[in-house]
Amino acid sequence: MAFMMIGERINGMFKDIGEAVAKFDPKPIQDWAVKQTQAGAAYLDLNVGPTAADRKKSMEWMAKIISEVSDVPIALDSTNYDAIEAALQVIGKPGALINSCPNERAKIERVFPMAAKYGAGIVALTMDKSGIPLNADARVAHAMELVAAADEFGVPTDSLFIDPLILPCNVAQAHAPEVLEALRQIKTLCDPAPHTTLGLSNVSQNTIDRSLVNRTYVVMAICAGLDSAIIDVNDETMVESIATADMLLNHAIYCDSYVKVFRQR
Amino acid sequence: MPVEIYKDKFTGKVLEVILGATKEQGGTRAYTVKLGGSSTLPFLYYEGELPNRPVIAMEVWDIKPQWSSSFEPYYGDVWNDPVAWAKKVEEYGADVVYLKLMGADPEMENSRSAADCAKLVKDVLAATGAPLMVEGPGFPEKDNDVLQAVAEAAAGENIALGAAEKDNYRGIAAAAMMGRHCIIGRSPLDINILKQLNIMITEMGVPINKVLNDPITSGLGYGIEYSFSVMERARWGALIGDKMMALPVVCLAGPEAWRGKEANAANADAGPGWGDEKDRGIIWEAMTAAALLQAGGDLLLMRHPEAAKLVRKQIEELAVPNKY
Repeated sequence: MAFMMIGERINGMFKDIGEAVAKFDPKPIQDWAVKQTQAGAAYLDLNVGPTAADRKKSMEWMAKIISEVSDVPIALDSTNYDAIEAALQVIGKPGALINSCPNERAKIERVFPMAAKYGAGIVALTMDKSGIPLNADARVAHAMELVAAADEFGVPTDSLFIDPLILPCNVAQAHAPEVLEALRQIKTLCDPAPHTTLGLSNVSQNTIDRSLVNRTYVVMAICAGLDSAIIDVNDETMVESIATADMLLNHAIYCDSYVKVFRQR
Repeated sequence: MPVEIYKDKFTGKVLEVILGATKEQGGTRAYTVKLGGSSTLPFLYYEGELPNRPVIAMEVWDIKPQWSSSFEPYYGDVWNDPVAWAKKVEEYGADVVYLKLMGADPEMENSRSAADCAKLVKDVLAATGAPLMVEGPGFPEKDNDVLQAVAEAAAGENIALGAAEKDNYRGIAAAAMMGRHCIIGRSPLDINILKQLNIMITEMGVPINKVLNDPITSGLGYGIEYSFSVMERARWGALIGDKMMALPVVCLAGPEAWRGKEANAANADAGPGWGDEKDRGIIWEAMTAAALLQAGGDLLLMRHPEAAKLVRKQIEELAVPNKY
């Protein structure tokens, strides 16, 4: 299974997207949808950001205008599940991702049946109300409960994208190796194994060379079992590193154009 | 206690490539053949879809070949008439006619011209109903000229043109695109080049479902294990979702098997236990083909009619759904 890149750029936290969402200006959003599609994104993350006046309306609108210019499925990134459901209806076909759901019963009961109904995948977080655990075992325990929930609500386990949650290395460095160990174990939980994912850029918050930290960690994580990540798909050097890691793990057959082929997925 | 049969789950599948075009499709073939489409390893019907059986193509040359005497009873009367030879292989049950334009070899005396080749291809198409594959003489410049002319002459027939190689694919790809034909990409037992060549051919603009792969299969006793490994790995790549590996595979079983001395040696020159020369080459070719079938061959190029018959029988016996 080739590595899946989830393009992070359509997020209201970025100034250009935030302004576009506020003004309902489709151009910057569609431009990024096309650009990330061309760069090889397997999913396009969609986050309306903090400034949207009406999150539901904005999410529906963004899902619609992205679908107009790209066939790549959308990762609906919100804590507002009504907004996500509205966008799923706009999308009108299976394959989208719901991003995200923690291991909390009330949220599971809202999200998992919705995923089953619309044929969507779920980014499931290894945390609950008490927060993100430090050690790998606690992360895996959450993952196991999320896998059990998938089974309970009829979501195929390979529609689950379990995110063991990486924290910035400059403030929580001890998490980095624990996440790697958690990735290894999550891949052995069930058959078919759940997918794994990370909000990768988080690892490098406030570090001096973010791109270097990102691409080094992503290669380490891929080696441990990471098969998708929310990343900057237009970071050329990182994508080249991912493509090479994917090839060296024998997930794709070597040829001279392997990086280019990776981007065409 | 019931035994649970282990089943692999694959995410990819081999693309389907169609050879030939009937009247409704703009050609004149009596039928078309579909190659590929499998979503699991060869003959594992219980594990995935194998919609199309392996196909037998038979070899026709445009000049008299220097082949073993065991071909004489079958082709002796058509050696000098490629059109009659093509009709003959149809009688012997070939699904596809594979015409090798050896007479266009530029180093030969009276080398056949591109126009002559085009005319011959037209005549073969007029006389037969099977889909056609045409291979040039194997000299880059001449291949380009000849196949360009052939592509024009066969417009609408959806033939396969070959063989495109890493350092000589542009002209053939252009000819295939112009005539909307298929193309055979040939790589020298090298999986990396096989993939790279597919990328280069499709980047030229040839639709991917018009590309066939010839990984140059060796004959029994001459490195067939290595061919097997390359083909198996290519197929595995296809099944895990590598689209640039997911193309039907053409195997030159006949030509390679008959290069071996074991296939050709007269009884006087044979080693102990080699068996009678009358059957030996036929069995050598059939065994070569049998191994290549298991490695994932989608189209087998056969030379001897009796070997083709044996392989057809084996395909019929193996291509039976065995769902557990």
